[in-house]
Amino acid sequence: MTAVVSPPPSTVDTVARGRVRRASRRRLVITVLALAVVVAFAVTLMVGRTFYPPGDVLRVVLGSDVPGASFTVGRLRLPRAVLAVVAGLSFGLAGVTFQTMLRNPLASPDVIGITSGASAAAAFAIVILGWSGTAVSVTAIVAALGVALLIYTLAFKDGVAGTRLILIGIGVAAMCKSITSYVLSKAGAWDFAEALRWLTGSLNGSTWEATVPTLVALLVFGPVLLGQTRNLSALQLGDDTASALGVRVERTRVIAIVAAVGLIAFATAACGPIAFVSFLAGPIAARLVGPNGSLLVPAALVGALLVLVADLCGQYAFGTRYPVGVITGVLGAPYLIYLIIRSNRTGGSL
Amino acid sequence: MTSVRPAPALDAAPVRRPGPVRFLWLLVVLGLLVALMGASVAIGSRDVGWSEILAALGGSAETMGEAAVTKRIPRTVLAVVVGAALGLSGAVMQGVTRNPLADPGVLGINMGASLAVVAGIAWFGLFSATSIVWAAITGAAVAAVFVYAVGSLGRGGATPLKLALAGAATSAALTSFITAIALPRGDIVENVVSWEIGGVGGATFTGIGTVAPFLVVGFAVSLVSARSLNSLALGDELAAGLGERVALARGVAALGSVLLCGAATAVAGPIGFVGLVVPHLCRLLVGVDHRWLLPFSAIVGACLLTGADVLGRIVARPTELDVGILTALIGAPFFIAIVRRQKVREL
Repeated sequence: MTAVVSPPPSTVDTVARGRVRRASRRRLVITVLALAVVVAFAVTLMVGRTFYPPGDVLRVVLGSDVPGASFTVGRLRLPRAVLAVVAGLSFGLAGVTFQTMLRNPLASPDVIGITSGASAAAAFAIVILGWSGTAVSVTAIVAALGVALLIYTLAFKDGVAGTRLILIGIGVAAMCKSITSYVLSKAGAWDFAEALRWLTGSLNGSTWEATVPTLVALLVFGPVLLGQTRNLSALQLGDDTASALGVRVERTRVIAIVAAVGLIAFATAACGPIAFVSFLAGPIAARLVGPNGSLLVPAALVGALLVLVADLCGQYAFGTRYPVGVITGVLGAPYLIYLIIRSNRTGGSL
Repeated sequence: MTSVRPAPALDAAPVRRPGPVRFLWLLVVLGLLVALMGASVAIGSRDVGWSEILAALGGSAETMGEAAVTKRIPRTVLAVVVGAALGLSGAVMQGVTRNPLADPGVLGINMGASLAVVAGIAWFGLFSATSIVWAAITGAAVAAVFVYAVGSLGRGGATPLKLALAGAATSAALTSFITAIALPRGDIVENVVSWEIGGVGGATFTGIGTVAPFLVVGFAVSLVSARSLNSLALGDELAAGLGERVALARGVAALGSVLLCGAATAVAGPIGFVGLVVPHLCRLLVGVDHRWLLPFSAIVGACLLTGADVLGRIVARPTELDVGILTALIGAPFFIAIVRRQKVREL
């Protein structure tokens, strides 16, 4: 950022101008992301075995009856697209909340085991107990909260150190994964490929019954998290600074954890733990927006865009249909390694 | 482990134990191993009498009971061999990296072997057992070099945190690739999923015979490097001062460790945490001298895996719990305990 220095501007001017410039960049990025999500959503509705023009799609969405399109778009593609958006928003929002709160991009729920806890519980409820719908979501949320509490308690020793929390999370994730493996090995009737698909995250077979609870969860927990934006940003400065600024640190943390875990659990129960979305959304959003205030909204949009685009790619870009989680996993994993390489090189935190 | 101080060493294990104590422990763990092997042959979903077990051990398979016992024999042998390989491999890895969290599973080396095997089967049509073992060892070696390189970038070299993170990230990455390769292949996906969990259930003597040469070389190389691991434990400068060729010693030891865990993964799937837990236990028993630690880790590793396999057959009767699941359930809390004991700046 080199400012033009013909008449030396006063510091106040520079700061003020920088602020305006960054705010406008942030607005621009959010607008572009939102538009991109809308476009990807529309494309998801139009493209498929049969192509429907935008007009038909719009009429179906608005509720009128179009022969053919009403079933394909209204019953098959619309729930899938809505679930993609809702799950993407949920994963993105929850991921960036954890990353902000713990001041480390590696502390996303899928790295530290919270997502694994939710998916182990959901798999247990589906396969062993034979439950479905809301009961599964509730089991997932209880387990995910329990796992979050467990990790936090175990990491607590003279305060919570981010590094210790991440390593402990990796250990807990390994346990949860072994439980999931056990449950799936019991699933005689459940096809192995189907199990593997669900474990990486898949939008196949999305129905309104699965989508609606996730949407409700987003409408409940999303605003709660957005209401904590200011406090979360203060937490990024460190607990002591935040409480000096008048933030009630523990309260903020508990609210944020419960809301973020709720989002993760409902989304995971509906479509499986879509790999790496909650990890990727935050750092990508940070790259796009720059150091300009809260990342919550941009990260949520990035999450939605990732899931929509990855699902489109998975369905149509290759010879076989890949579930969305395979695409996000294959994209996200190298990025995770790149982040680690970069942070090791510079020696700082990520 | 009660109130051990997390002083400079990983465990507050004594540096040396008097000889008789170590011999006593050696007898104890050997006795335990024999007992567990006996249990592994005797216990299963079908109850068999002693006469049937003895008859089956003598080579007869006439009654149903004898046939069941006959099937348990290769399985027991495999559990012993794989457990010993993983335990020893973990001990060597912890010595080479001077890192208490090193383990073929935690560092993602098992997953490197898995990816190589899955890719080999799916893309290159590898069918012969020997070529699969070669693929696994190659994959393990590549993953080991990669994780170590990533983990030792930057200041402070390969700290436990950096290595564990690099390993976890690499594991996650490799798992994604394995899924991407296996999913479209309906013909192999079931095998891949069940193999991924890690188990010794389908053991045959032919399978064991295929990996045996690799394991023998791996055991030999690893055990031979005990002395140089002792020097390396003093730090690179001091080891060099003592006349150790540091890079060579480290490379040889790492090669032995990779051979062991690659071959073990090829035959039993990626079984985690055995290599993590076992050396820590053994350090408590016999101290940090690698000439004792390495053989002990092999024996205790064999005990752990055989015991876990027996336990898996008892708790989930009449079916069974794959041994990879049990070792993760036992080993992960152990991993967490080690992490908790470390001071933050040591991470």
